[in-house]
Amino acid sequence: MIPAASTPSPGTAISVRGVVKYVGEGDARFQVLKGADFTALRGEMMFLVGPSGCGKTTLLSLIAGTLAADAGELNVFGQDLRRLGSDRLAAFRARHVGFVFQQFNLIPSITVAENVSVPLLIRGLAPRAAEARAREMLARVGLADRADTRPGKLSGGQQQRVAIARGLVHEPDLLLCDEPTAALDRDNGQQVMRLMRDVARDPARCVIVVTHDNRTYGYADRMAEMEDGRILRVLENQADIRAHHAAAG
Amino acid sequence: MFRLALKMLVGDRGKYALLVSGLTFSTMLMAQAMCLFCGIMSWTVSSVRNIRASVWVSDPMVEQVNDNKPLRSSDLSRVRSVPGVAWAAPLYQGAQQARLAGGDIKGITLVGLDSATLAGAPGRILAGRLEDLRLPNTVIIDEFAVERFSEATGRAFGIGDVFEINDREARVVGICRAERSFTGGPYIFTQYERALDYAPAQRKMLSFILVGAAPGYSADEVAAAITAATGLRGWSESALIWSTLDWYIANTGIPINIGLLVVVGFVVGIVFSAQTFYAFVLDNLRNLAALKAMGLTARLLVPMLLLQAITVGSIGYGFGMLLTSSFGFFTLGYGRIAYLMPWQVPVVAGAAVLSICVFSALLGITKVVRTEPAIVFR
Ligand SMILES: Nc1ncnc2c1ncn2[C@@H]1O[C@H](COP(=O)(O)OP(=O)(O)OP(=O)(O)O)[C@@H](O)[C@H]1O
Ligand SMILES: [Mg+2]
Repeated sequence: MIPAASTPSPGTAISVRGVVKYVGEGDARFQVLKGADFTALRGEMMFLVGPSGCGKTTLLSLIAGTLAADAGELNVFGQDLRRLGSDRLAAFRARHVGFVFQQFNLIPSITVAENVSVPLLIRGLAPRAAEARAREMLARVGLADRADTRPGKLSGGQQQRVAIARGLVHEPDLLLCDEPTAALDRDNGQQVMRLMRDVARDPARCVIVVTHDNRTYGYADRMAEMEDGRILRVLENQADIRAHHAAAG
Repeated sequence: MFRLALKMLVGDRGKYALLVSGLTFSTMLMAQAMCLFCGIMSWTVSSVRNIRASVWVSDPMVEQVNDNKPLRSSDLSRVRSVPGVAWAAPLYQGAQQARLAGGDIKGITLVGLDSATLAGAPGRILAGRLEDLRLPNTVIIDEFAVERFSEATGRAFGIGDVFEINDREARVVGICRAERSFTGGPYIFTQYERALDYAPAQRKMLSFILVGAAPGYSADEVAAAITAATGLRGWSESALIWSTLDWYIANTGIPINIGLLVVVGFVVGIVFSAQTFYAFVLDNLRNLAALKAMGLTARLLVPMLLLQAITVGSIGYGFGMLLTSSFGFFTLGYGRIAYLMPWQVPVVAGAAVLSICVFSALLGITKVVRTEPAIVFR
């Protein structure tokens, strides 16, 4: 019998069921994910929070298809990721997933606009067309005037906005952000989160934000709390989030 | 993506410059050594090039053109009677000494040509007339002799000047162009009988017999026929050149010593460029992993890295060959260093540099392919 959970409902973006992941080898081998269940919907900004080392990044990597699960179900936009080979996973990411990394990971030797155009180039768009779309996207994150500079000339907050533009330029269904504000000060962090809410959030898109930073909790639509390789509970709205996290803004 | 790959490469100025200069240096080492080798090898066969005949005949034990195992005078008529031989002329070749007016003594390569036919005469007479060799006590000297004799006598040495070979007078009636000999002595051409007078008498003095092939016979056919009919050894011009080259390769340390230089150049290139390129890849590993996370596959990543490696390789190769050939250009003008760049040198050096680059790229590629894209989250 097929369990009901394996057929996601139309609004469901991500459905993770009983996912297990081991890391390391031999004596160092240990279980990071111990049967995590997790659902995220289109149109929402879902936060994934929890103490350091609880497995947030690992879970995000599994959802991205950059790591393979050892057991469980992993369904992203109707695709059973565990059945895809590495090439099809790469094609899946290129098409459906955008990334925002904690360390920005912009290529220092090329311009901001070129950095933003990378996801389009990976998808085979011509450089001119890609760069034109990259400039439009930069305008939406308020950095149109910095398109031709090198990323190194920008502040951390500006670099992360460039990274958001890069994460969204190919209009992915899923935007995965790992600690997007961890390397930023409070003001820049708030600015980045506002951008997430206003530009990244879209009825067709699911945005997942892994974070430690309780100053950003006010931007969450829902929040999954993780502990020791499992999802502890899901807070379904801001009222619940505020109730559980006094510091939330 | 390829444009971006090149920008990533050039953007890292330090490593880019290091890679290009390492490959330039490696190209130069390899190409220089190969040119030196070719130059020295060309010196070993300069007699075959300066004394022009399509077929040569030697003692059966002779293996190369600078070998001296003279024939009997009677061998000449035996060779003439072989079918396919249009004509046969005696040749003397030997290392002798020239005594100049001031008392200076210089080593020379004395060549005696058949007086009737002047067979084997130098191809380019720069001054004077070849026929004047038929006058008494006359010689034609090469440009190198002009240079050396001028240095020794302290004045411009040329036509009309006189020197001595073993106490006998030699009067210069012409100057010719000749390639440098392996032993370093300039070429001095004279008549066969006069060469025998100049040289200290020995039982046999006929170094080689030069032969012309009759119409309808190839040089190889005539050479083979002479070998079969006389028990001497017939050589086509190219067979003698190759046998001489083989002999020097097999019997001297030249190929090993110079080959070692080429290997050093290759190893320097490998070590230097592989290491630098690997460091370049390591520096960019997070960004390359980010590209992989964003969906860039090995199918595109591998050619990107190959393109980067081959680009620095081509530029380094270009600079290296430019430096090598300009070095060759200046030293050739000087004429003292063995230096020859046949087309094989750039081709072999290019292949070596290409293999260095592909090897370096493969090191980097292995690293990138093995890197989990998930590391960008850490
Ligand atoms: N490849 C790996 N090899 C060994 N240990 C690993 C590996 N990946 C993750 N871990 C360990 O697994 C645990 C969970 O890692 P993960 O990065 O998912 O945690 P996290 O919740 O993102 O933590 P943080 O908040 O510090 O980023 C950590 O203890 C980490 O050290
Ligand atoms: Mg983490």
